[in-house]
Amino acid sequence: MLYEEGFRRPGDPRRLLERIRELCAETGPLRLMEICGTHTMAIARAGLRSLLPPELRLVSGPGCPVCVTPAGVLDGILQLAGEPGVLVATYGDLLRVPGSAPGDTLARRKALGAQVRAVYSPMEALALAAEYPQLQVVFLGVGFETTAPGTAACVLEAREQGLKNFSLLCLLKRTEPALRALITAPDFAVDGFLCPGHVAAVTGWEAFAFLPEEYGLPAVVAGFEPADLLYAVYRLAAMLAGRAPALENEYTRLVPPQGNQAAQAAVEAVFRPCASVWRGLGEIPESGFALREEFAPFDAARRFPLPCPPGKEPPGCRCGQVIRGVEEPGQCPLFGRACTPEDPVGPCMVSGEGACAAAYRYRRQEGGLL
Amino acid sequence: MAEDLITLDYGSGGLKTSRLIEEILVPAFRNTALEALGDGAVLENRGVPLVFSTDSFVVSPWRFPGGDIGKLAVCGTVNDLCMAGGEPRYLSLSFLIEEGFPMADFRAVVSSAAEAAKNAGVQIVTGDTKVVERGKGDGLYVNTSGIGFLRAPGLGRAAMRPGDRVLVSGSVGCHGAAVMMARGEIPCEGELVSDCMPLHRLSAAALQAGGVRILRDPTRGGVATTLNEFVEGSPLGIELEEEAIPVEPAVEAACGLLGLDPLYCACEGRLLAVAAPESAQAVLDALRALPGGEGAACIGRVTQERPGVVTLRTALGGGRILGKLTGAQLPRIC
Repeated sequence: MLYEEGFRRPGDPRRLLERIRELCAETGPLRLMEICGTHTMAIARAGLRSLLPPELRLVSGPGCPVCVTPAGVLDGILQLAGEPGVLVATYGDLLRVPGSAPGDTLARRKALGAQVRAVYSPMEALALAAEYPQLQVVFLGVGFETTAPGTAACVLEAREQGLKNFSLLCLLKRTEPALRALITAPDFAVDGFLCPGHVAAVTGWEAFAFLPEEYGLPAVVAGFEPADLLYAVYRLAAMLAGRAPALENEYTRLVPPQGNQAAQAAVEAVFRPCASVWRGLGEIPESGFALREEFAPFDAARRFPLPCPPGKEPPGCRCGQVIRGVEEPGQCPLFGRACTPEDPVGPCMVSGEGACAAAYRYRRQEGGLL
Repeated sequence: MAEDLITLDYGSGGLKTSRLIEEILVPAFRNTALEALGDGAVLENRGVPLVFSTDSFVVSPWRFPGGDIGKLAVCGTVNDLCMAGGEPRYLSLSFLIEEGFPMADFRAVVSSAAEAAKNAGVQIVTGDTKVVERGKGDGLYVNTSGIGFLRAPGLGRAAMRPGDRVLVSGSVGCHGAAVMMARGEIPCEGELVSDCMPLHRLSAAALQAGGVRILRDPTRGGVATTLNEFVEGSPLGIELEEEAIPVEPAVEAACGLLGLDPLYCACEGRLLAVAAPESAQAVLDALRALPGGEGAACIGRVTQERPGVVTLRTALGGGRILGKLTGAQLPRIC
């Protein structure tokens, strides 16, 4: 039996669901936000929304790394893929995200002859650099605190090996500054947060203490199996009903209070916080990671100084609003019509972790969403 | 702009592949046998009606736990003929070989194709070889075509009725997961073995038990995509029980690591059958009595509630849509 098995099949979900219904009757309508793309998909795969009372809405926040990468950066990446002698190594999700021009993607550039490889880890990109010494291998480092340690380890390894043809386009983002920007925006309307278990495993769950302490918002660090999610929703509803916002850690089997200190040390050694532009949220101070000065030789942004045009959001695309949780995928006029997973207009429909892809794949039916 | 090139997505067996077939191929060659869009074509021959099918194989790497491209190529076409209600008899076998391919490896592939043919009771009666310059192919590509006698006429979507049961002959997703492991995409070693096998005994037994409406082997796009093809555009839907679908722990774990769904992973030795409710148990018993069918299970039923859609009742008791594969399955990145 898999260790996760017990969390996949809750003993009696009906009792928890009944309690959630009772709590919602006390609180009135609730909006809870998940801020991790893996949660977005796990919630959809478990069919959780179909079980919750209608007054409790689960909305997706800026948790999908591909989705929060703005169109202008994608334009820069597409230009990079066109440079002679460059091999772009990327997580598969980025292959099909269009830049400012409709339909212009890395997958298309690859079909036209650009050197683009999908990889599962940054270490595979290092292996490509060793395999193709005549090419400049650029790894597109997207992600949050979860992927930052692996990316840092990869840069350290590249230095160790003395690789001259490997560089990182650092697009990594930090969760906390983005959450603060989201919460202080005028249209913010969320009552509590399902916090990302994988991020917390690195940062420690206390990294989310600012949510209740500074903003009075309850937060539960949650795992990814159906029972994890259901229990986390129940705890948020209970804290809201009791007007006692706090931070709780439901994912104790993986998340210690202080996180993974070796991972934090690797990140600290290689990266420094920097301002970063998020789709839908704009530029947020301290919300990105940049390579420290001593790793400049591995910085693709220095090796290939690309003009990063501001980029245009595709006309009609509501990804920016969806990422902030102020609109739901079904409210976008393009959803399921001009924008589908086969022919995506915006990134939320492409990524395996995007809110629109999850809604389309798991909930779409005649006349609306399941 | 999005549609002026063939990208890899068009080869995934999902929606884009359907688009190539429906928008370009069927209109170009329109005829009754083709338009049924079965795994094989049923040919209204005077005398004994025939089934005819073809398939090309580009699997990388060419050898994987549980088989290789030779075995796969024979089983693939044998299985397509079986799913069309045929008894497979004769196959062609063609090779596209990249210059520099080791002779010993070529012999190994041929030998496993011969063994698979013997096991499936088919003869390889014609073939072709072409060699291309180094760099113009990926080692070895194989095509097989096959002919069989039609033994079970009338199989197809049109025979399905509300209340019918959906059956699978064993655990799902093993082939896809085993090939990913062989490619080094799963950072572990384990007991993942492809389910690649000929289905002629299992399909004959299922048909013999009676009440079978449609048979299909869930290859590219997996169980989810194949079941969607059963109901799309029809007044019927399918409701699956997540708990009832057999998935081996090693496949579940490997897919979990990569963020993949076993229901979209290819099988190469499993069949999906829709059977009348009163026959379902007999079909299951017949499958379970044979090697490779021990794990057969009833995984859902045909309904009228959500026409054209496959839904899944989750372990939690929730409901969700199970759509066709779109693009290639991608790893998760955080």
